[in-house]
Amino acid sequence: MSNEENNKEMKKLLKQVIAPAQETELRRDLWPQMLRKLEEQPAPVVSVPWFDWALAAILSGVLVFFPGSIPALLYHL
Amino acid sequence: MELLERFAAGDLEAFEALFRAHQKEVYAWVVRIVRDSGIAEDLTVETFWRIYKSRARFDPAGNFRAWARRIATNAALDHLRHSHRETELPEDLASAGTADPAVRREARERIRKAFQELPPKYRLVATLALVEEEPYYDIAEAVGISHALVKVRVFRAVRMLRKKLNSLGVEANAI
Repeated sequence: MSNEENNKEMKKLLKQVIAPAQETELRRDLWPQMLRKLEEQPAPVVSVPWFDWALAAILSGVLVFFPGSIPALLYHL
Repeated sequence: MELLERFAAGDLEAFEALFRAHQKEVYAWVVRIVRDSGIAEDLTVETFWRIYKSRARFDPAGNFRAWARRIATNAALDHLRHSHRETELPEDLASAGTADPAVRREARERIRKAFQELPPKYRLVATLALVEEEPYYDIAEAVGISHALVKVRVFRAVRMLRKKLNSLGVEANAI
């Protein structure tokens, strides 16, 4: 059976069990809820992702324990 | 200054204007994925919260609608990941009356269970592609993957479903 036929058959089967969403209309304005969330959780001014901190720590470690790598690093910069 | 530029600069009024202009569309997209109006409302707010937090990274020359849809899809996917195996997949928003009356209740439950147990990223794509019949290009843009990868995920989702249904003793053509 081809992929297309497979998909068609599964589509038909699923639609018998899970019909497509019909009521997709938003019934109320969500702005008041949004405002509450904004007031509760002010956005941080500066945030550094943990991954950046981890990279900085690894790089520092390499430079401290292998100072010979500094010229190589400078060359690649 | 244009609305999107003001938004990117942190203007709350510009954000409110964008929120009011796009909330319906974001909700309509999210509800197709999570299939629960209450959860979809919360995720719509969560989407715009993420949008607001990331405003400095938004390019005002870019497409806000596509960006919002991508963030909404990620928020919905996060929800599917955290609620995986804990929540029931609701039968409606759509009325159950539209289903074929000959479909046996037990088989339907098994199919629903099998679908619910799909890994979230496959369930998301399968819901949009197979149930909602959204175009693959729209799904690709919203999920942030290629059109080809959408096809691959649909194919894998179908294969996983078929395997699960077989193990549950449900023959696809017997329904």
